[in-house]
Amino acid sequence: MGPVTQANSFYRNLYGWFDSWLPDSLDWLAYLLAALVVVFAVANLVLVITILFTWVERRLLGRFQARLGPNRWGPWGVLQPIADAIKLLSKEDIRPEGVDRWVFNIAPVLLFVPAVLVFAVIPLGKNTYVANLNIGILFIIAVSAVSTLAIFMAGWASGNRYSLFGAARGVAQLISYEVPMVLSVVGVILLAGSLSLVDLVEAQDIPFLLLQPLGFIIFFLASSAEMNRTPFDLVEAESEIVAGYLTEYSGMKFGLFQLAEFAAPFGASAIMATLFLKGWEGPVLPSHLWFFLKVCLLWFLFLWLRATLPRLRVDQIMGFAWKLLFPLGVLNIFVTAAEVLAWPDPSTAQLWTMAGINWGVAIGSLVVASRLAGNKLTSRPPLAPMHGKGGRPLGERG
Amino acid sequence: MLSLDMAFWTMAVVTVVSAAAVVLLKDVFRAALCLVLTFMVVAGLFVLLSAEFLAVVQVLIYAGAISILIIFAIMLTRDVHQGNPSNRFRYPALVLAALLLAAIVLVVIKTDWNQLDSRVLPGAPTEAVGATETGVKNVFSNTTPVIARLLLRDFVLPFEVASVLLLAAILGALALVREGEG
Amino acid sequence: MLEDYFRQYGLIAVFIAVAVALPTSLLLLSWALSLARIRPHKPNPVKSSPYECGMEIIGSRWVRFNFRYYTFALLFVVFDVETVFLYPWAVYFKQLGLFALIEMLVFVLILMVAWAYAWRNKALEWR
Repeated sequence: MGPVTQANSFYRNLYGWFDSWLPDSLDWLAYLLAALVVVFAVANLVLVITILFTWVERRLLGRFQARLGPNRWGPWGVLQPIADAIKLLSKEDIRPEGVDRWVFNIAPVLLFVPAVLVFAVIPLGKNTYVANLNIGILFIIAVSAVSTLAIFMAGWASGNRYSLFGAARGVAQLISYEVPMVLSVVGVILLAGSLSLVDLVEAQDIPFLLLQPLGFIIFFLASSAEMNRTPFDLVEAESEIVAGYLTEYSGMKFGLFQLAEFAAPFGASAIMATLFLKGWEGPVLPSHLWFFLKVCLLWFLFLWLRATLPRLRVDQIMGFAWKLLFPLGVLNIFVTAAEVLAWPDPSTAQLWTMAGINWGVAIGSLVVASRLAGNKLTSRPPLAPMHGKGGRPLGERG
Repeated sequence: MLSLDMAFWTMAVVTVVSAAAVVLLKDVFRAALCLVLTFMVVAGLFVLLSAEFLAVVQVLIYAGAISILIIFAIMLTRDVHQGNPSNRFRYPALVLAALLLAAIVLVVIKTDWNQLDSRVLPGAPTEAVGATETGVKNVFSNTTPVIARLLLRDFVLPFEVASVLLLAAILGALALVREGEG
Repeated sequence: MLEDYFRQYGLIAVFIAVAVALPTSLLLLSWALSLARIRPHKPNPVKSSPYECGMEIIGSRWVRFNFRYYTFALLFVVFDVETVFLYPWAVYFKQLGLFALIEMLVFVLILMVAWAYAWRNKALEWR
């Protein structure tokens, strides 16, 4: 087999090393072993960082709410995730009667896979990626679309009405926010002219955050809605539908759902750092550290949003996606396209002009759109009286 | 290459088995899930054909969107667990499926698969690059721009008609909903 | 070139396998703990009845969905298909130029008619 031209340097060295002592006829084994080592390392790195983030997140949420957060296990409670893991592993796994056993068991695994799989194409540092596909960003979008299905499977297999309602709402919300999210990336692709994430990073002479403010805002809001966290956590709105599709899950399966849910902001931050903040590039510090710092910054923004805003209502959430974010996403695409047409190969000065125009457009369109559509996001009055009929959750009659 | 052959046959078998399960399973929801599995494995087959753009589109649209549509449609029906009782459309459906199969087989046999349409290949001198191996490799190393060029330059009318079709789909569905409510 | 292509997707395939194996092994570990009697397993009829806030379950567990879910799914499919056209267009836009911009503008405007129609008919409302 020929040289691996595009794979990352770590993988290439590893492959070379395996290849050097394996006989020529076992080339495929060298490939497979090197691939397994690299993939296993990346997947576990993602998991370890996610688990650490759960602790940081709980501590910070404690700060936001003027309490301590987990602080018993280890210094500052840093061993809390380990305690949680042991607890989840040794908890009774209750399987209620009437569940669809196969689907019930597959659903947590299927939700977990996309959460990790997106990291297959994200460059974690200079020349550090598992694969550099020339459809990179589309791969990420397609893979994360599968998680919608996993949520529905979980809700349906549980054989519980709360689960089914939670899942149906969740799916409706996820699919509604996927449209503006996918649209907001088009502006970035227009500027870079490629779908490969490595190309997208290298195309950023100045960070795309400056050139694509509207795209950034839409992507940020839509992806925080995709994560099902407050203010968009209707899927598991305790006061209305118990715990949504999670209601009947316990033990390690519940743990897998939680893990996938905590990995989601990490994945979204990594994608946004790559698309809008120049990925791994930065002065002085090593590229991996730069990438990690950017991820932490974005991830903190997600947490900030979560800790600050209260939960929205179903009709508000759906209206926000379709009536505000969607048209803004379309507007962003054509403004960017016109600029790319005007300056196909922009100089630095032209780039900054573009940035100026786009910030103007972003702020202007946000103000105008919220004026125009702000009161029309939902046909319900702003402070509707509570009227859940027959104990059923609001908006779920029928 | 042996590994590619192995990958192909595994995926081909899984496709056929899960497609058969879609038809044979009583539980409609599980049948829908098997359909999604079929979609995903077909995406894998696209990857083997070097059509990576089509592969992700297959996952995005079919496994991610159409499947949701199908599942919501299932949720509108009355009894999921009892499955689909056989009805009088059985034989007409059989005839239609047979005709479709015949058409597909005919196309597969009649098409000259070793010849690329000259429009597909980038660059003007078609005879030079023609069906040569390098020309083919150039196209299939990155299919996305080639698809864009074909859609927006050579097949403009079908491209625009597609949007009219999508428009019609939405208008039709909304009209149905209104009737259902009224 | 093609060689490299298949190597990349081979890595993706390995990644999928590992991403499936990790959660599965966690579930298996938890199951092994139940075999070792560390994890309890004491089902009883009340525990294994579906959770309904402590009430007895009334009626069928099956609920027929409202049509609006279907409407949203359909809107989603249509605009997802739209984005599939947008992506290759965006990749190749610099080479295609003005004509492509007009083409895409027409394409999207036709779909925006559908969007406006849906808004006017209150299909975007969650009722």
